Amino acid sequence: MTGGEARPPLGGLLAREPRVVTAGVEVLADALARQAVPVEAVDWRPPPPGTEAALAAVLGAPGHAEANARAVERMVTARPHLVDVRPAREVLGLEPGAFLHAGPPLEWERASGPMRGALIGAMLLEGLAETPPGAERELARGGVTFEPCHHHGAVGPMAGVVSPSMWMLVVEDAEHGGTSYCSLNEGLGKVLRYGAYGPEVIARLAWMGEVLGPALRAAVRAHGPLDLLSIIAQALQMGDELHNRNRAATSLLLRELAPDLAAASEVPRERAAEALRFAAGNDHFFLNAGMAAAKAAADAARGVPGSSLVVAMARNGTDFGIQVSGTGDRWFTGPAGVPDGLYLGDHGPADANPDIGDSAITETAGMGGFALAAAPAIVRFVGGEVPDAVAATQRMYEITLAEHPALRIPLLSFRGTPVGVDVTRVVRTGILPVIDTGIAGREAGTGQVGAGLVEPPGGIFTDALHALAETV
Amino acid sequence: MRHWVEVRRGAYRDSVTLMRVSRLVSARDGVDGAMAAMGTPLNAGVLERMGFTVPDGAGAGDLVVAIRAEDDDALEGAREALEGLLREEARAPEGGGLLGAPPAPRTMASAAARGDAGVALLSVPGPHVFPEAMDALDAGLNVMIFSDNVPPTQEIALKEAAARRGLIVMGPDCGTASVGGVGLGFANAVRPGPVGIVAASGTGAQQLMCLLDAAGAGVSHVLGVGGRDLSARVSGRSALSALAALDADPGTGLIVLVSKPPAPQVADLIREAARRLDTPVLFALPVPGEDDLTRTAEKALTALGLKVPEWPRWPAERRPAPRRGTALRGLFAGGTLCDEAEVIAREALGWDLEARGHAFTDFGADAYTRGRAHPMIDPTLRLEALAGAAADPATGVLLVDVVLGFGAEDDPAAALAPVLAAALRDRSELAAVVSLCGTPADPQDRDRQAAALRDAGADVFASNAQAARHAARLAGAAGRDGAGHAEEAP
Repeated sequence: MTGGEARPPLGGLLAREPRVVTAGVEVLADALARQAVPVEAVDWRPPPPGTEAALAAVLGAPGHAEANARAVERMVTARPHLVDVRPAREVLGLEPGAFLHAGPPLEWERASGPMRGALIGAMLLEGLAETPPGAERELARGGVTFEPCHHHGAVGPMAGVVSPSMWMLVVEDAEHGGTSYCSLNEGLGKVLRYGAYGPEVIARLAWMGEVLGPALRAAVRAHGPLDLLSIIAQALQMGDELHNRNRAATSLLLRELAPDLAAASEVPRERAAEALRFAAGNDHFFLNAGMAAAKAAADAARGVPGSSLVVAMARNGTDFGIQVSGTGDRWFTGPAGVPDGLYLGDHGPADANPDIGDSAITETAGMGGFALAAAPAIVRFVGGEVPDAVAATQRMYEITLAEHPALRIPLLSFRGTPVGVDVTRVVRTGILPVIDTGIAGREAGTGQVGAGLVEPPGGIFTDALHALAETV
Repeated sequence: MRHWVEVRRGAYRDSVTLMRVSRLVSARDGVDGAMAAMGTPLNAGVLERMGFTVPDGAGAGDLVVAIRAEDDDALEGAREALEGLLREEARAPEGGGLLGAPPAPRTMASAAARGDAGVALLSVPGPHVFPEAMDALDAGLNVMIFSDNVPPTQEIALKEAAARRGLIVMGPDCGTASVGGVGLGFANAVRPGPVGIVAASGTGAQQLMCLLDAAGAGVSHVLGVGGRDLSARVSGRSALSALAALDADPGTGLIVLVSKPPAPQVADLIREAARRLDTPVLFALPVPGEDDLTRTAEKALTALGLKVPEWPRWPAERRPAPRRGTALRGLFAGGTLCDEAEVIAREALGWDLEARGHAFTDFGADAYTRGRAHPMIDPTLRLEALAGAAADPATGVLLVDVVLGFGAEDDPAAALAPVLAAALRDRSELAAVVSLCGTPADPQDRDRQAAALRDAGADVFASNAQAARHAARLAGAAGRDGAGHAEEAP
């Protein structure tokens, strides 16, 4: 409706055949159906006892709906571009003896097996310890510092450990101006992010620092800002959900970078070939770029007063934590669950560590589990048949504030992915975000044991709601 | 010819969508050529051949839109159409598409997103109303809140939020509305007509609807506002919106506001607002000295230049012989009908009704509905009380209401008539009067209900006021001379 035009009273209620949404006693919906009126009946269930006042306070706060609309608009209009690849010590100012890790803040005493394993590996990589037992002693003694990736604009998959010599993807949001970072993907099997720290793990990390990082830096700089959302949008229509499946996105990324890498005079031919071979042999190579893109989008939505939009979901292997736009940098945490999924080889649930990693940033920004309906190929892997995947995505529309304008799902008639988890909707419906995840072995040094689905603990959304209620 | 070319960086759309958009825009009158495509070298070539100049730096990740039209108007129209097509939000396919229906919506907002709804009807428990109602308002829906036990502060917050959005909150505790002939909550099937009703009283609105229907006048819309709307705190927020909306409605020629007595300062506010409308407003406030609902309906008819009919009545053949000293017992499901009958009884039988043994009970009041359904849905409690009152030798006249319509029980006479018939069979001196609020088009069929109740021995009236006067006369006659049947004055 344009400016001067008068709006019809009551949104035109008296001028047209009514269509009605109902919630509550069935007899009233039945009475409408008997009058041949179109009725959409809500399957309403009471929220947890004790949340009524907080819900009323948050939802009744003047400007709440506008705050959420603004926050989610910023999230979906972010335009993350890969602009550089640089060592963590340069871009994050990480000093020797300083590490980042996935999830909310954590102390060594409460760190899980894979988190300990990854930190041990990082100690070895940085030359801060000679042996794993030596690294462990030093870590237990408090000889090094570690804090969440999220506190530095970064995200890390699984244990998410970042040490100064690791190379980071640098992603800038061309729309809102933020910058985010993620490490380079190591591939599958025994890898640091799953807590493995054997010699082959350390050797691979060293090679990534010497060869892969500089090669990618040359390619990205030659290419110029590389539009990650465009790749993500295309990959989604090619069967990726961008968390557990990144095959199309990896291919698209390589298609973009390969010519520039081949043409980069400062990268020796054999090194360029090694880098391409490594990336092409790893279906998850794009994951870290996708995570940095998602982090840029989620960060754009931070700090809107009164907004109940979730801007981070992250796990450290012990706790599951969320952050909310209207409550600043505060974490709301609860115990991380053990994923429900399929296991590699002879591994089973008894080997599984509780959920770990910053990769749920993809779900935070409307990908991953929220886009399951776009990735039929992984559906059986993460629990069921194609209709289950469609149902999972459809369920997420109940707790999100928007549909992503760029990320569209062919199987749902090109409907946008559900994006922008709203704390109030999670509390009201009891529907928890569905998250695709890898499963790390419980013991330090094991590596990956499976992959599946996991949900956050419901109580952290209730906690966030109560905290937000105090701010309005 | 007017050319327009624009590059949108990083706005990916799949090629099929873009070809569809291009085709639809090209086909518009006055458009000579149009293309929306990702800026690949191939597409850039096509655009060049079409005569467009592709700006430098457009890459495969950028969307290029180009339109050539014969004049500015055609170009502007085509641009708008293109924006609309690109923006077009894909909805979930009807019925869920090839993989089955989507799960039922869990909030008002998600339900609203599935269709083009105009109003939300909420009957979840009062403490849980607020989030859903606010959600519905944010989704652009008007809201009717059937539930009670919503705190007044929340009622005010919701009504203020509605006003900011140009919407209305009907309720809380709003039992009746009728919009464009569709009954929401408890409502009767009435013929369309010129009278709009603003109701802080559900059964009061239903009585007016049914009488106007019986008179052939009909009703445009009934907007409930909730029993507390005209209190000093809520200050008529919804009543004022409802009056304004009905005033703007071309189908409404006269407005009736029915309510329990408003707070005095609110009454002034409403009357002042009513005076400023183009549409005449009548007030129906069932208090001593004011018009009863039937009289208000008659005034409305007169104002519309229509004839006031004989209100339908179905007198029983039975002629009871009331005994001296027996009392009138009114057992009601409708609160306003109960109030109105009580006022009339006091005027006829004296102000100290209770001292003379007469009693009125509203079984729709909160004390009787806590934890159970309204008597219009579940008659059990009232039927028990009715059997008890009928068996009480002190009772001389039973007065009950029967409210028909959508939402009410399917066949009230089926349960009520046998109870009345048994009571009247056992006690030859007992009289029964029924106030029957309904229309021939109601799902329960008013005339069939009336016949069943009359055949059980009750005198049945479509006008609650007439029923109350008749009952009071029977009781008064018993009180005065202890014998004889009082004929209704013509």
